[in-house]
Amino acid sequence: MAELAEVPVPPSGEILAQLGELKRIAIVPSLNEEASVGRVIDEIRAFDPGFDIVVVDDGSTDRTAGIAADRGAHVLRLPFNLGIGGAMQTGYRFAFEHGYDLAVQVDGDGQHDPAQLPAIIGPVLAGDADLCVGSRFAEGSGYQSSFARRVGIRVFAYVVSAVVRQRVTDTTSGFRAVNRKGIALFAADYPHDYPEVEATVMSVKHKLRLREVPVVMRERAGGASSITAFRSIYYMTKVLLAIFVGLFRRYAVPLEEDHHR
Amino acid sequence: MTPLPVSIAAAVASFLLLLIVFELIRSRRLRERYALLWLLTGAVLLALSVWRGGLNTIASWFGVETYPPAILGAVGALFILVVLLHYSTVISRLSDQNTILAQRLALLEQQQREGVTEPSR
Repeated sequence: MAELAEVPVPPSGEILAQLGELKRIAIVPSLNEEASVGRVIDEIRAFDPGFDIVVVDDGSTDRTAGIAADRGAHVLRLPFNLGIGGAMQTGYRFAFEHGYDLAVQVDGDGQHDPAQLPAIIGPVLAGDADLCVGSRFAEGSGYQSSFARRVGIRVFAYVVSAVVRQRVTDTTSGFRAVNRKGIALFAADYPHDYPEVEATVMSVKHKLRLREVPVVMRERAGGASSITAFRSIYYMTKVLLAIFVGLFRRYAVPLEEDHHR
Repeated sequence: MTPLPVSIAAAVASFLLLLIVFELIRSRRLRERYALLWLLTGAVLLALSVWRGGLNTIASWFGVETYPPAILGAVGALFILVVLLHYSTVISRLSDQNTILAQRLALLEQQQREGVTEPSR
């Protein structure tokens, strides 16, 4: 069960020691984040230089890709905007094909603080979870949002919790860690458009163990949120439909280890 | 008043549409984002077929006194028009993206053939 505020965050040092030689990668989806992507890369390295970093540039028109490449990150430059779902799956395919054992998602806009990576990595490393999601709705996180978004977040939390029979508070958080099992699943099948909600449901349907841990997110350092108030209604309808239909859908097959392209 | 057989036939037809769309999404042959308009079409037509009094009222707004089911046809036609227009925008986007893909592929092939050192930014 996902329990909030009761999961002690392991100290970074302990996590770093456990990471050891594990092949690990940070997937950083970015769309026009030239103001923040460099800092995100630096902060991930500051937490743990052993992390490989792949920036998935989802059709940026600014210097995002150049800045990331200058810092020595792998850059996957999509020829046009695929949306966050298509971009994330590109990162997972990269992670799968290059044999990574652990992947974390860190947004290129700077809202996720790499210093909090130990919180989401901990349960995956300990073998308690296949997918660990950082939730904003822990006590004292002080998360602020627009009214439409708060309603959407509530509805999703309620629906997803009912569907996966486990308490989920933050279905739209993109601050996540997955093990090899999760990488194989997400490389094979990742939802479109506004994917975090569906990805959560999908993982549980595939018997991946889901866990939420409290994290604090920051104000966006740059760029503009991809979700406006008007679009959120459209997305809500679409995602609810997707969850509903997903209940009747056959499971996708995770990629096999000998799969190549 | 709408003849009962017309209402029943229309209701069955729109229900079938909803069923087919649902099955297409379920079997992953139709993405949710392209299905929403079809579902809306089916739902509105179903509602108008079942709610016979409502259809009469709407027909009278438009001065259609002789044969209210004509409104069903008009609403159906309107939705088909919207769906088609939506597809035109989708096709336009796809062909733009196709162009970009072909261009990227040509550039990559050229790089692979001739070898490339550090790409200039």
